[in-house]
Amino acid sequence: MTALSRAGDRGRLLDARAGLRGWRGNVLLGRPGGLWPLASTLIAGGLALPILTVLASLVQPRDPLWDHLARTVLPVYLTNTLALAVGVGLGTLLLGTGTAWLVTMCRFPGRGLFEWALLLPMAMPTYLIAYAYTDLLQFSGPVQSTLRAWTGWSRQDYWFPQIRSLGGAIFVMALVLYPYVYLLARAAFLQQSGCLLEVSRTLGRGPWRTFLTVALPLARPALVAGAALAVMEALADYGAVQYFAVDTLSTGIYRTWFGMNSLATATQLAAWLVLMVFGVLVLERLGRGRARYYYTTAALRPLPTYALRRLAALLAMLGCALPVTLGFVVPAGAFAMMTRRGGDPLWGPAFLQLASNTFLLAVLAAALAVLLALVLAYSLRLAPSPVTHLTTRLAALGYAVPGAVIAVGVLIVAGWLDNVALGALRSALGLPPGLVFSGTLAALVFAYLVRYLTGSFTTVEASLTRIRPSLDEAARTLGHGTPSMLWRVHLPLLRGGLLTAALLVFVDVMKELPATLAIRPFNFDTLAIRVYRLATDERLAEASTAALAIVAVGLLPVLALSMAIARARPGARDT
Amino acid sequence: MSTRWEVETARGAGSAHHAPTDTATPAVQVEGLTKAYGRVRAVDGLSFAVRPGHILALLGPSGCGKTTALRLIAGLERPDAGRVLLDGQVVADARTFVPPERRRVGMVFQDYALFPHLRVADNIGFGLPRGPARAQRIEALLAQVGLAGLGHRWPHELSGGQQQRVALARALAPQPRLLLLDEPFSNLDAALRARVRAEVRAILRDAGVTAIFVTHDRDEALSLADEVAVVTAGRILQRAAPEELYRFPASPAVAQAVGDADFLEGVAAGDLATCALGRVPLARPVEGPVMLLFRPEDLVLEADADGPGIIAAREFYGHDQVVTVRLPTGAELRVRLRPDAPATLHQRVRLRPRGPVVAFPRT
Repeated sequence: MTALSRAGDRGRLLDARAGLRGWRGNVLLGRPGGLWPLASTLIAGGLALPILTVLASLVQPRDPLWDHLARTVLPVYLTNTLALAVGVGLGTLLLGTGTAWLVTMCRFPGRGLFEWALLLPMAMPTYLIAYAYTDLLQFSGPVQSTLRAWTGWSRQDYWFPQIRSLGGAIFVMALVLYPYVYLLARAAFLQQSGCLLEVSRTLGRGPWRTFLTVALPLARPALVAGAALAVMEALADYGAVQYFAVDTLSTGIYRTWFGMNSLATATQLAAWLVLMVFGVLVLERLGRGRARYYYTTAALRPLPTYALRRLAALLAMLGCALPVTLGFVVPAGAFAMMTRRGGDPLWGPAFLQLASNTFLLAVLAAALAVLLALVLAYSLRLAPSPVTHLTTRLAALGYAVPGAVIAVGVLIVAGWLDNVALGALRSALGLPPGLVFSGTLAALVFAYLVRYLTGSFTTVEASLTRIRPSLDEAARTLGHGTPSMLWRVHLPLLRGGLLTAALLVFVDVMKELPATLAIRPFNFDTLAIRVYRLATDERLAEASTAALAIVAVGLLPVLALSMAIARARPGARDT
Repeated sequence: MSTRWEVETARGAGSAHHAPTDTATPAVQVEGLTKAYGRVRAVDGLSFAVRPGHILALLGPSGCGKTTALRLIAGLERPDAGRVLLDGQVVADARTFVPPERRRVGMVFQDYALFPHLRVADNIGFGLPRGPARAQRIEALLAQVGLAGLGHRWPHELSGGQQQRVALARALAPQPRLLLLDEPFSNLDAALRARVRAEVRAILRDAGVTAIFVTHDRDEALSLADEVAVVTAGRILQRAAPEELYRFPASPAVAQAVGDADFLEGVAAGDLATCALGRVPLARPVEGPVMLLFRPEDLVLEADADGPGIIAAREFYGHDQVVTVRLPTGAELRVRLRPDAPATLHQRVRLRPRGPVVAFPRT
């Protein structure tokens, strides 16, 4: 098992960092009080700084603009954001739980295919699916055109749902975010002991009542965790709601920042958004309750499966095919068609430049993220202490924080570094003033690390945890010193995890829009920025090439994940 | 072989008559070894020595500090006090700490700790220097532990017993001067355990290696070791050869640690003691109030309608049966009988010891 999903990682992260296996300080490699706590504190402190800066704005005096906003648009922002969160939460729960139950517990034609195909929508960022559906469903789009051609109606003759709306945003986001619920629900159903379900059957409950009264309550923590992840992604979205002209907190941040030129007020909006995200986290905790839902026996028995026939099988197939089709096949197909017909006029060296910019950023961020994750993970293993536990938790804050918020925080920190810290240094040295951090690649990569370090950390930490301490000790008693042990035992065993961690960050950075938009250096464009700008100019057909490239790269971790799923079936486990 | 049973003792009641007869350097010697985790003293002033080629078992309940003792000897933990000597050289004391990779102490871990990314042969060769002799040595070890031809397998493709032998071969490969085994059989199921135990004993004898192993299983300790040390709360209660330990335990706790044991209160006067069974002969003369040790196989049961005892319970095991006899005082004694011996519940019986009884002074 090498590939771990982002959902899996974040799910485990939600699963109480306190549950980290605390080993005694390993005398062989390091001792508490060495350099490890210092290193992890520095990393964690640096990464938490932007978020803490944003939160600090809550206690700062309000300016007149804020009072104006609070009276006029803030209620709109809040209700829209809340409605989006609730809608996406419910939608992903329905899609994710239903499909997970079907593919784990029922047998019907195509089940094996759906088991991994249901993950495909993960490769589709929210802003891309929003663009695709707008193109398909707008008045001049293929769907309405065909409808008119068939029926002979004209504009005023019929009603057609408006995709660019709050409902439309919930619809498209649920379609690409349900895999978070699906993944965790599927894992939960697989872990459930078949015996429990059989007990329910022998006590006279039918399959439906067993599902509702045994399987679903047992899976509740996983379902809540999955939905919480999906909702956090929805709250973090900027591209889709901006395009649909749905005013949420994240579009509000940018409007206030760039439209009204008030970073202070934008920061206060950002703080509200962070509070909302933390609200989701708290709900997730409460939803889990005090009960321990784990009932795992050493001997996993195969789950009883219901063989579906005729109509039931057909319905199951449709139920699984629908989210995959709507969440991946249709939008990806739309981009493919558009690209074939026209595509990006920049195709050629200029497009290559975009791609290589994106690649450079993603590789840089991925490499740094894995490196920092290694330091954090080893400090937790070698010098476990309240300090290292706290610092790793602090460094993990960013995973839940929307890119817009991080952008605000990073810019404030970078501005402070340039103006205050370096300004003093420059004037002391007699150098002209200048910007080193603000609007540079360094600031952008820093923002990516704040946002995505958690994903790589949990992956690295999980693979490090799987190296039992007795392996270290065996190597030592067989005459190998620390360097030789790290090289010959740890590296080979960690390699898969490190690659997975790098891949996750790489793909996330490729897709990232809001932070890139705000922080990127002048005239430095990435694929995501290109798509965003063309789409905002209503040039969707031209945006399709870059969109297709992003989706194609986004498929990599999905494929890795589906292979892991295929291998990790009970009974086909490695060691 | 004649000196095999004479092992130096640095500590331990009951085995004072095992005085050293030879001044050969012990393979391993620990003195006043102490290690605490927080306020719990896992190992508390432990001292013992093992002579070359001998096998010592540390027997005790889980959490008694025996595994910590092994880890201190291997160099996987630093002692808080005391010292460890290997072949007379100090490897750990207040000033010295030789790291584990330079101690030449092999260890077989409870979970075997086989490297999952290496094949069986590479696992065994992990501690061997690269060179032409390496492959030969691996083949020889595979043959020695009965796994010839399986070198190309992955660890997870082996059964539990086979994994155990790979762990053993890997630890033996660099020819350690001392082998430590941490609960080596606890991960095996009961049916496999007895067989693997015999195999391991043969392999250790073949290799002529000095070994210390820890276990909570008294059968394992008694059948595998030349000497057994009973450990509780980080201290050795008694160490002696298995027969000695079983027949003449130094305290009631030791008696219970190494076998089934029931006790009756009594009063001793010289070679005789009076108890609920009447007058019984004593193994060693004592005076005053005593606790008398009765093992189930040391008692003879006779049907007697006027007997003082009543059969209160009976458990049938196949190869034998154990009946519990309740005495008028309320005390209960277990008696092991042949499977075909007549014994029915509530039957009146009389008990007597087969031979002299061990008595512990009561305080």
